[in-house]
Amino acid sequence: MATGEGHKAPPYMMVFGVLAVLTVLEVLFAFTGLPKIWLALGLIAMAVWKAVLVALYYMHLRFEPTRLWVMALAPVPLAIILVAVVIKEIFTTGSGF
Amino acid sequence: MTPTTADRAPMAGMKVYNLKLGMWVFLLSEVMFFTGLIGAYIILRFAHPEAFAEPGVVLNVPLTAFNTFVLICSSVTMVKAFAAIEQGDQQGLQKWLLATILLGAFFVGVQIVEYTILTGEGFVPMAESYHAIARGAAEGSAVIGGPLYGATFYTMTGFHGAHVSIGVLCLCFTWWRARKGAYTAGSLGGVEIMGLYWHFVDLVWILLFTIVYLI
Repeated sequence: MATGEGHKAPPYMMVFGVLAVLTVLEVLFAFTGLPKIWLALGLIAMAVWKAVLVALYYMHLRFEPTRLWVMALAPVPLAIILVAVVIKEIFTTGSGF
Repeated sequence: MTPTTADRAPMAGMKVYNLKLGMWVFLLSEVMFFTGLIGAYIILRFAHPEAFAEPGVVLNVPLTAFNTFVLICSSVTMVKAFAAIEQGDQQGLQKWLLATILLGAFFVGVQIVEYTILTGEGFVPMAESYHAIARGAAEGSAVIGGPLYGATFYTMTGFHGAHVSIGVLCLCFTWWRARKGAYTAGSLGGVEIMGLYWHFVDLVWILLFTIVYLI
């Protein structure tokens, strides 16, 4: 079934507006001088928000079957494990790279 | 062969047609590919913070922020192209596909200009020739970061740039087929999967820009 059948047209221009605003906010936020950890968390949150909007509305994932959602989200825990476990290793054993 | 409405009948299992399922599986493999690159960058940054620089010190954030906006615009034009052919608007499809091609090519062009400027300023991936200084600093100023910074930067943005370049070529092929009337409201699978790839390239850049340029 083609995407777009059975549901009204997604709000493409509204999503574009949100993406543009978030991009500006990200750049401004990056130079606020906050502690690094809060900067990183805030910027990652905004980037993930933008990525989710692109995936949901531009890639039409919002209107796809649940099975495709499961498939699309499958790499996410793997990616988190890859980065989190190695970073933990760095902190517990020291930067012995 | 562009699938017809009958060809795009959903499979019993995944409930999407073969072309779309194939593209999604490919994109998921690309997710793991970029996860490896970005994950390695994050890990190296944690392990050797002295080898990297703060945002804006070496890299041109305003230029790249504008380039990010350009890529987001290209995602809008791509989705407009798909919406046009959903309504059977052939002229609209061709117009918005051409706009997407031009914006994508502009993005790659700006990246090439950025690379030229950065390498000229000593921001290179090789240890023996790395001598990057802060933007706007006088000649002979202290070197910022190290070749690890250059190597990770060019690897990640270079691979992404290659994906964008290939995407532009594929878009040109899609536009050429659109001009021959290959796509209709009942036969638009080729446009849809091209859109999936292009939006994925935009999604990856959204994350790359934040992690590489802003953190």
